Amino acid sequence: MIVGQSTDRLDGRLKVTGRARYAAEVKPPNMVHAVLVQSTVAAGNVAGIDATAAQTMPGVLRIITSANAEKLNLTGAKVLQSMLQNNDIFYNGQHVAIVVAVTLQQAQAAASRVRVRYTPTHAATMMDAALNQATLPTNFRDGKVEPDTRTGNPQAAMATAPVRIEQTYTTPIEHHNPMEAHATIASWDRDRLTVWTATQGISGAQESLASLFGLAKANVVVICPFVGGGFGCKGQTWPPTALAAMAARSVNRPVKLEVTRQQMFTSNGYRPRTVQSLKLAANQDGKLLAVQHDSLTQTSRPEVGEFAEPSGLAARMLYACPNIATSHRVVGINQGLPTFMRGPGEASGMFALESAMDELAVQLRMDPLALRLANYASEDATSGKPYASKGLRECYAKGAAAFGWQKRDAAPGSMRDGRVLIGLGMATATYPTVRMAASAQVRMMPDGTVLVRSGTQDIGTGTYTIMAQIAADELGLPLGRVRVELGDSRLPPAPISGGSMTTASVLPAVHAAAIQLRHRLLTLALAQAPAAWGTPAVKDLRLQDGLIVGPGGQVSAGDVVARQNVPFIDATVDIAPNAASKDFSCHAFGAQFAEVRIDPDLRTVKISRWVGAYDCGRVINPQTARSQLIGGIVFGIGMALMEETRVDAATGRTINANISEYLVPVNADIPVIETIFVEAPDLVTTELGVKGIGELPMVGVAAAIANAIYHATGTRVRDLPIRLDNLLA
Amino acid sequence: MKNDVVAPTRLTDMEHLDLRRISIVDGDLHLGALATMAEVAAHPEIIREWPVISQALLLSASPQVRNMGTMGGNLLQRTRCGYFRDVGFNCNKRLPGSGCPALLGDNRDLAIFGGSPQCIATHPSDLPVALMALDALLVLVALDGGTRRVPLAQFYRLPGTAPDIETVLQPGEMISKVVVPSGPHARNSVYVKVRDRTSFAFALVASAVCLAVTDGVIRDVRIVLGGVGPMPWRLPEVEASLRGRRVDPEVVATAAAKAGDGATATRFNKFKIELARRTVLRALQTVAS
Ligand SMILES: Cc1cc2nc3c(=O)[nH]c(=O)nc-3n(C[C@H](O)[C@H](O)[C@H](O)COP(=O)(O)OP(=O)(O)OC[C@H]3O[C@@H](n4cnc5c(N)ncnc54)[C@H](O)[C@@H]3O)c2cc1C
Ligand code: SF4
Repeated sequence: MIVGQSTDRLDGRLKVTGRARYAAEVKPPNMVHAVLVQSTVAAGNVAGIDATAAQTMPGVLRIITSANAEKLNLTGAKVLQSMLQNNDIFYNGQHVAIVVAVTLQQAQAAASRVRVRYTPTHAATMMDAALNQATLPTNFRDGKVEPDTRTGNPQAAMATAPVRIEQTYTTPIEHHNPMEAHATIASWDRDRLTVWTATQGISGAQESLASLFGLAKANVVVICPFVGGGFGCKGQTWPPTALAAMAARSVNRPVKLEVTRQQMFTSNGYRPRTVQSLKLAANQDGKLLAVQHDSLTQTSRPEVGEFAEPSGLAARMLYACPNIATSHRVVGINQGLPTFMRGPGEASGMFALESAMDELAVQLRMDPLALRLANYASEDATSGKPYASKGLRECYAKGAAAFGWQKRDAAPGSMRDGRVLIGLGMATATYPTVRMAASAQVRMMPDGTVLVRSGTQDIGTGTYTIMAQIAADELGLPLGRVRVELGDSRLPPAPISGGSMTTASVLPAVHAAAIQLRHRLLTLALAQAPAAWGTPAVKDLRLQDGLIVGPGGQVSAGDVVARQNVPFIDATVDIAPNAASKDFSCHAFGAQFAEVRIDPDLRTVKISRWVGAYDCGRVINPQTARSQLIGGIVFGIGMALMEETRVDAATGRTINANISEYLVPVNADIPVIETIFVEAPDLVTTELGVKGIGELPMVGVAAAIANAIYHATGTRVRDLPIRLDNLLA
Repeated sequence: MKNDVVAPTRLTDMEHLDLRRISIVDGDLHLGALATMAEVAAHPEIIREWPVISQALLLSASPQVRNMGTMGGNLLQRTRCGYFRDVGFNCNKRLPGSGCPALLGDNRDLAIFGGSPQCIATHPSDLPVALMALDALLVLVALDGGTRRVPLAQFYRLPGTAPDIETVLQPGEMISKVVVPSGPHARNSVYVKVRDRTSFAFALVASAVCLAVTDGVIRDVRIVLGGVGPMPWRLPEVEASLRGRRVDPEVVATAAAKAGDGATATRFNKFKIELARRTVLRALQTVAS
């Protein structure tokens, strides 16, 4: 079995030797360059654009503004502004013009000479100043989930409960900042559009572009074999992709549009700020009597679109409690449209819930882990459905043992190393297991190698590798003889790589296609078999090391294909999610344990130890899975201690739109990380038993750290990020 | 330049100038303006005789940046004020008279000393903080080849009403050399830098301290703060309260508690005042032990 084994990623060598070609590295002949010009006011409209100076600069081919932009069909578009279709300005940093020139430098130089005049109007730039204008989301989770839920009567339970916690927690605007900036190269051949673009969803990009430009889907090809990080910001198709195509059409040449790092802060979404009210009520023994989680999250003005961070979903299902209420409201302000960011909803919501649980434990003088166990849920408290699988109890136990949780002295400030303050904190992690329809094709070539094809994406997670692993096992081949093609919309379609669902969606399709192909090959082998084989049935044959082995003899699988005189034999499968999963609550779980060391005077916080135990279902490749876990924890550490997009209130413009001032952890901030797999296969969602891994490990990280900091210092910080400013007092 | 903050029409390449030397002349350290941060930080005699320089450099930027960054360039690094570096904002330093949005905006990183109603930017570099504590001199060369020596303490200008003019450098003038005196205070020196992440971040507050003690009595002490003002901010009163006193935890603590005296905070950087006291205390404790 190759499944379940650690293997290097198939694309690793290509990546470290620089041979993996990312979107911005493609160079079609005749290609020219586009640079975006963005607004410097947050509300109002463009009164005029003076491009005369820019127009005459060397190499300039075209300057596109709303006056001469191609009209796009915005029906169904997620982002309704920033595509030069009108003069309205709804946020600072909105695209107002495109400069196309022969070289990038010429385009940049000309872009800096484009003069835009505005008629500004009043802008609501900060969420906290507009909280009283919160509204019900109009399309929460695409209408698939209710924004508000209520079971039992939390208010009544709260009123009489012996112990209560009632606090407000906030999380800031954060930007994904993947290493690879958004880049699109667009090329037209009459009414056929080809784009190389950095995306987590080629199918979605194909659909959006077809719709915006009024093309048949088949006339749009989207290519993206490698993604240099996405974390959610390459999930939907953002305006720059369409603007690249618009520019290419207007100059009738391939155009490359690479968004600058600064422009990344207003071009492709962000995790919205949240202001969350969390109320818990419990008995003296720690049993929860009521949970109420009311989330306010920032969104853009309705004219731009809407995104609601689903911060309250975890509170609905995580703990056993008879009275639970959750609500989501959005606050629309003059900022761009937010979007999904690693652990969307769970990462922000669980900071609040798991901080509040810690505060409850303190109030109860109860061990925080014991409090979680006292409220361990055996079924989803809001839906009443059973869990498809749940290994959380084992995560708590194994994580606590590896971490040495029992040695924790609960009194804040009681644990020290010399004068250095030590704090131990924990939190729960959870993330839903999602699966969508996907298709895949598996081919056996005459040389005995196998090609696996699916229009999915590998966003750095290891999708190439695990697709090959599944096929190799089913077809009895060593991994080295399996190739994988993905990231091209001409391949069998697959869903977006988001919501941690790629493995659960694509692998079953690959698996099913491999099974079909196997059957096909064995059947053919029987038909071709010499008399000496006798009359075995398909079930008497097996595939092993590239050979079809039967009781009467063996033949190489490649030869079976060759004898058919065809270029390959394949099987294609399009497979929908298992209908039975609707009756279950499907989630991955985990337990996070953090140790912090805090300078007693300077109050700098250092994470000194991390143990995380995760029930992420069956693990296909421990090595790539562990990479996801480590990456998620590091992401969470950044969320806890550093990440914050800082907005100037007067202008609504970001003051740290660069990665020198927008801080994410460096190696020196990260301790040795111990990860433990608790494999509780979810056989309801897929027969493979997998769950999502990508987002789970960052959920709860910020709370575990906040809880550890409280333990070290006695200071409870409810606003992220936690910086020494909060701890100096 | 990349951010369009400045748009010079002519650039001068200094690479070929013979200004990279690190030497010791009559006990003074001479640092060529083109010596790299990495070379200076790793120099054995500097590590021994002027440890504060090496430490300040090693706590600056990243190894890659230090391989490229030079003495002259680091002394003249411009502020990291986010408003200054984005042409989408007004900024008195970039566009005189356009206003200072930082005063009422996000000013967490900005100055608590030496600011003016026109500008509260900080000088972001670490090296000058160390050099200020060592009473370094700069050798400047004019276009006609004439040279002059300017103490670092007189090199930077406070923003006042002209925040765009940051130093006394005249048009066409350049830094050729940094001269640093030696002594027991230099040998017993330290750089403490406090920041939002462990590496590759600018100082919230930093402190360079040099201390010379004979027979338990403080003979010479220099205390400079970084990250708090438009130039490295020396604390003469705190120094005075220590000079001639016995090195004693009480004395040191009392002195350090004055490190925030005279500071003016804005909305988001009040914490820097307390942090300045604690950073100075930590630095003093380190050299006093
Ligand atoms: C991400 C990042 C993080 C950083 N972090 C830190 C940090 O933590 N601490 C720190 O101290 N620094 C930090 N730096 C700054 C860095 O260490 C360099 O000092 C800085 O980038 C200057 O580089 P340079 O020497 O190449 O100067 P240049 O960029 O070449 O020059 C800077 C300016 O000085 C002028 N100049 C250069 N030499 C002379 C001379 N001899 N005479 C007259 N004028 C001259 C140039 O014309 C230019 O205006 C950081 C930089 C970056 C990009
Ligand atoms: S503090 Fe100085 S550099 Fe910053 S915005 Fe104000 S004037 Fe500009």
